[in-house]
Amino acid sequence: MPDWLIAFPSSIKLNISDPIDRFIDYLITEWDAFFNSITNGLRVFLNSIGYVIEMIPWWLLIAIVFVLTWRMSKKIGKAILYSLLIFSIGAMGLWELMNTTLSIIIASVIISIIIGFPTGVLVSSSDRLDSIVRPILDTMQTMPSFVYLIPAAMLLGLGNVPAVLATTIYAVPPLIRLTSHGIRQVDREVIEAATAFGSTKWQSLIKVKIPQAMPTIMTGVNQTIMMAISMVVTGSMIGVTGLGQEVLISINRLQAGRGFTAGIAIVIMAIVIDRLTQGIIKKGEAFIDE
Amino acid sequence: MNNKNNIILEVKNLSKLFGKNKVPAFEMIKNGSDKREVAKKLGVTVAVNDVSFQVERGKIFVLIGLSGSGKSTVVRCLNLLQKPTSGDILFEGKSILSFDKKELLEYRRYKVSMVFQSFGLMSHRNVLENVAYGLEVRGTKKAERGNRAREIIKLVGLEGWEDKSISQLSGGMRQRVGIARALANDPEILLMDEPFSALDPLVRSDMQFELLSLQKKLNKTVVFITHDINEAFKLGDMVAIMKDGKIIQMDTPENMAANPANEYVENFINSVDKGQIYSVKHIMQTPSCMIRIKDGANNALKQMRDNSVSSAYVVGENLELIGILTIDDAMRVRTGEISIQDAIIRDILTTNEDTLVSDLLSVAASAKYPIAVVDEDNCLKGIVSKAAVLSSLV
Repeated sequence: MPDWLIAFPSSIKLNISDPIDRFIDYLITEWDAFFNSITNGLRVFLNSIGYVIEMIPWWLLIAIVFVLTWRMSKKIGKAILYSLLIFSIGAMGLWELMNTTLSIIIASVIISIIIGFPTGVLVSSSDRLDSIVRPILDTMQTMPSFVYLIPAAMLLGLGNVPAVLATTIYAVPPLIRLTSHGIRQVDREVIEAATAFGSTKWQSLIKVKIPQAMPTIMTGVNQTIMMAISMVVTGSMIGVTGLGQEVLISINRLQAGRGFTAGIAIVIMAIVIDRLTQGIIKKGEAFIDE
Repeated sequence: MNNKNNIILEVKNLSKLFGKNKVPAFEMIKNGSDKREVAKKLGVTVAVNDVSFQVERGKIFVLIGLSGSGKSTVVRCLNLLQKPTSGDILFEGKSILSFDKKELLEYRRYKVSMVFQSFGLMSHRNVLENVAYGLEVRGTKKAERGNRAREIIKLVGLEGWEDKSISQLSGGMRQRVGIARALANDPEILLMDEPFSALDPLVRSDMQFELLSLQKKLNKTVVFITHDINEAFKLGDMVAIMKDGKIIQMDTPENMAANPANEYVENFINSVDKGQIYSVKHIMQTPSCMIRIKDGANNALKQMRDNSVSSAYVVGENLELIGILTIDDAMRVRTGEISIQDAIIRDILTTNEDTLVSDLLSVAASAKYPIAVVDEDNCLKGIVSKAAVLSSLV
């Protein structure tokens, strides 16, 4: 039996790694100024968010969580529990790190919304665009998130700024997908009604389609936030500070306790943010639900 | 009567095809092929095939047909939600197909509005905002459109519900909102696409009556779509029956009933007797008071008082019907005069969901209590009151 029937024939070679390298090199040399300005822009944005968060006193943040949970769920027990959970992050000595992580998450989510929401609206309007964008989104979402870190670090340097970019790329697909899906599934008669009463395309988008799709869009925002949180630890590999870095340090020094402490803090953040945004979605659904 | 000025809307040789090979498909129908052949050969759906009619100002024109007959497509062509493949539609003598973008918007905003089968209401807006929608996109100032909307809401009998969300409304009320929204624009023509089909029969006859009185008051022209011949005859000044995308007969209800054009029309008309077509499941209600036998007399009394009824249905563990307990007997059970087992009246009338209402008529007239509707396992599904049976025949 010939070899090529058993082992994959070594003479067949597909090399995509070199072209990608060359492309990145090209970007680094030719588009240097462009990426520098992106870096600077993102840095200013990230720093100002960080600045605002630093200004919030610890007790105020806990109070905000308390009030929001209470208004969302009407359950005092839940409000107390979530406030205590946030308090415990401070008690574990991770308050400052949580602030850093929080500002990276918020910055990434805001950029994701700025990019993802209009893209989703656009994609919903055309079947052809949808069939082009869908495989791209699939790739973006299934690509191991580490991979984004390499070009991000090469183009934008190390630290929190490239992490915001990598996180955005990783976290934006669900928002685009669900925005488009939400708008497409708006009841046909409702859209017909908007048209029949003489709405322009813009009016029916703004006054009918987007508000009707809002619960689904908010589900997308929620998923985007969750994916951004999950990227926090991964990002520490290119020097992201905050809770993720704590985890990385603990891995390197084999300090299980320290690792779990930071891990638990991340879990708490995720739970509280998730429940709060879910609460907003439920409120919206109560309206839409027929 | 039929002078030219009185015609507000004229549809000339309207056809609408869905699919890719429209041109050869069109040739095929012209040469006399029918809908099914075209669909099979070219994959083109012929929804509307050479339909012509005129609508007089201030009259109700009814298009009736089974699902798939093309009636909804016709009505959607009248405000260009669907673009006709061929033919013309004249509004006050002017072709609406020649309208540019702006003229079309104006036409939709001022001349014609629409009521939908499943209401087409915007659930993120409250009743008032829904009714004011047409005025809002037209650019009417907020205060003015609020006043106008409130006026119309009062007219359709929803006063006091302005700030409620749509999800809080029953089906009948939702369609009132739909009608109010259409009337708020003060259009010349009201297009109604099976507006009452989603409502239960009793609410439906209410709404039909109300549409007639509204129409008398406001003198609007109405194009009304339905699959219910009763509704068509009750409402229509002129009725057109559609089958496979074509109008097969168009006349006043009286003439049509007297001279049906063919067997199809005749069969359609013969289904007029409502009692024949409605079965029990259409008119049954949930029992307002139902008690479990293990609940005991005190509980039964409380339930009857809470629901202000004088008797209740008694069911067993698995919802199987046992009988009726009256409030008097329940009192006697409480004082210990008789046991609950003895107090239950077991000899009661039952029926099942698929019984025709007309078959129930004779028993219902003499029944002392509402008739219980049970399934094959004797589980209580609902009740039919004497009033419901009789009013379904009106």
